[in-house]
Amino acid sequence: MPDKRERHILITGFGGQGIVMAGDILGKAATLYDHKHATMTQNYGPEARGGACTSQVIISGEEILFPCVEEPEILVCMSQEAYTKNVKSLRPEGTLIWDTDLVHTRKTDMHYKTFHIPSTRFAEQLGTKMMANIVMLGFLSAVEPLVHSEALKKAIMDSVPGSTKDNNLHAFNKGREYGTSIIKGLVKAEQAKHQD
Amino acid sequence: MNGDEACCEGALAVGCRFFAGYPITPATEIAESMSRRLPQLGGIYIQMEDEIASMAAILGASWGGVKSMTSTSGPGFSLMMENIGLGICTETPCVVCNVQRAGPSTGLPTAVGQGDMMQARWGSHGHYEIIALSPSSPQEMFDMTIRAFNLSEYYRLPVIILADEVVGHMNERVIIPREDDIEIINRRKPSVSREDYLPYEADADGIAPMANCGDGYRIHVTGLTHDERGYPAMNAKAQEQMVTRLVGKIRNNRDKIISTKNFYLDDAEVVVVSYGISARSSMKAVRDARNEGIKAGLIKLETIWPFPEELIRSIAPQAKAMIMAEINGGQMVLEMERCVGGACPVSLVGNYGGAILHPNLILGAISKAARGKT
Repeated sequence: MPDKRERHILITGFGGQGIVMAGDILGKAATLYDHKHATMTQNYGPEARGGACTSQVIISGEEILFPCVEEPEILVCMSQEAYTKNVKSLRPEGTLIWDTDLVHTRKTDMHYKTFHIPSTRFAEQLGTKMMANIVMLGFLSAVEPLVHSEALKKAIMDSVPGSTKDNNLHAFNKGREYGTSIIKGLVKAEQAKHQD
Repeated sequence: MNGDEACCEGALAVGCRFFAGYPITPATEIAESMSRRLPQLGGIYIQMEDEIASMAAILGASWGGVKSMTSTSGPGFSLMMENIGLGICTETPCVVCNVQRAGPSTGLPTAVGQGDMMQARWGSHGHYEIIALSPSSPQEMFDMTIRAFNLSEYYRLPVIILADEVVGHMNERVIIPREDDIEIINRRKPSVSREDYLPYEADADGIAPMANCGDGYRIHVTGLTHDERGYPAMNAKAQEQMVTRLVGKIRNNRDKIISTKNFYLDDAEVVVVSYGISARSSMKAVRDARNEGIKAGLIKLETIWPFPEELIRSIAPQAKAMIMAEINGGQMVLEMERCVGGACPVSLVGNYGGAILHPNLILGAISKAARGKT
């Protein structure tokens, strides 16, 4: 079993969605701004885009030796394939997060804590679906605070090109606001829907 | 940053200003970072037509007086073998970073392997000694790239960094020291007049001062067996002299070159030896074993070649068993067996690549060995 002091997060989707970048940003926020230890490893196929892709993040107060995430406590799914492939690895008490429009979950998953957000749709509304990963990070920061949101914002600013900084900040805030409203119970009904 | 980026930053910090390479997963990010960073520092980045040319280009650059490196993975490393031998024979300082993936052949381009350990030792033809280092984290990619350059400059040979896909692609915090805190060793320059200089006349420690092209000294560089002038000398005596020195300058200085990190060895009954990413799984297993009351210890190899023969020989008689953990079918375990010489049982925890070793697998082997079964 993984070390209890370690937080294990698995972010999944397909190549081109910024899955690895999302993991990188989360790790940067934890190490550079929250001064914790973090590792991020990645899995992808030989294809440049479109292949299954995961980024595995471990955050801990102590040195991390084994960098693989085998049984995540938080699983983020940005594609149906990623969901189907990885949902079995989620710990029983774990948190399942997905993109509302891209993933259909099964009813049997309901024993997890579940949250979903149309992150790709929101990103498109903000200008480009490329920012879906940032919307998702904002959402994650509200529903599962792993790092300080200010640390995440700084890490995003470090990681995105200069001309897109403002847009990415909007994307982050959009995701975070949506997540906060769910936590406050405002869109509970919305969350209950989309379950087959 | 990831390990590949850390390798690039380490190289730049120690003064590397020339990179020639051909992109290949999982080493591409080294080339990519170099292409972005070198021009900022007045250096040169060239994408070559293949890895044979890349290796040739860094040898040439080194003779031009600039610290140079290339990076690759298994398939490219195979292509570099001939010119690595040229670098050894001509005593050319440079660094080759091999971010290993699973082979043979194209294998698993995006998945981890540690199968090039023996290739790094013996992959080029003829008899020679090599220096190879193995980092376990992005921080060590930074630190060991610096050390690789320092060793290559001091001992005048291509130094190999045997990284792996996980270390190359893993993101972790990397602390870059202040410029003044980084030790930089530069190649020894001739101290004699231009008339008296012989390019392959060694000092007492077996290392010949190196004049770069354009320094004004007379030099001749060839892969043929050569005398102290650098001129081809086609006879067994010259061969004996030259290779004795090439081998001796590494073997006779191995105490200064070899580096290991030893954990819990004082009372260890089961000693795990490992390197690269596998050393992290091993460390986890050793700590778990200690928690279970098993006296386990770890030798983490920072230098792969030269192999720490004396250390292994001295540890083996006190150990109940020794275990090598590596991502191949058993390479460094052969070297360990040779050094243990039957003093204790030796076993391998390995796989053929594609995934890193699970700590539980190593823990299982430790428990078994502690119970006297191997």
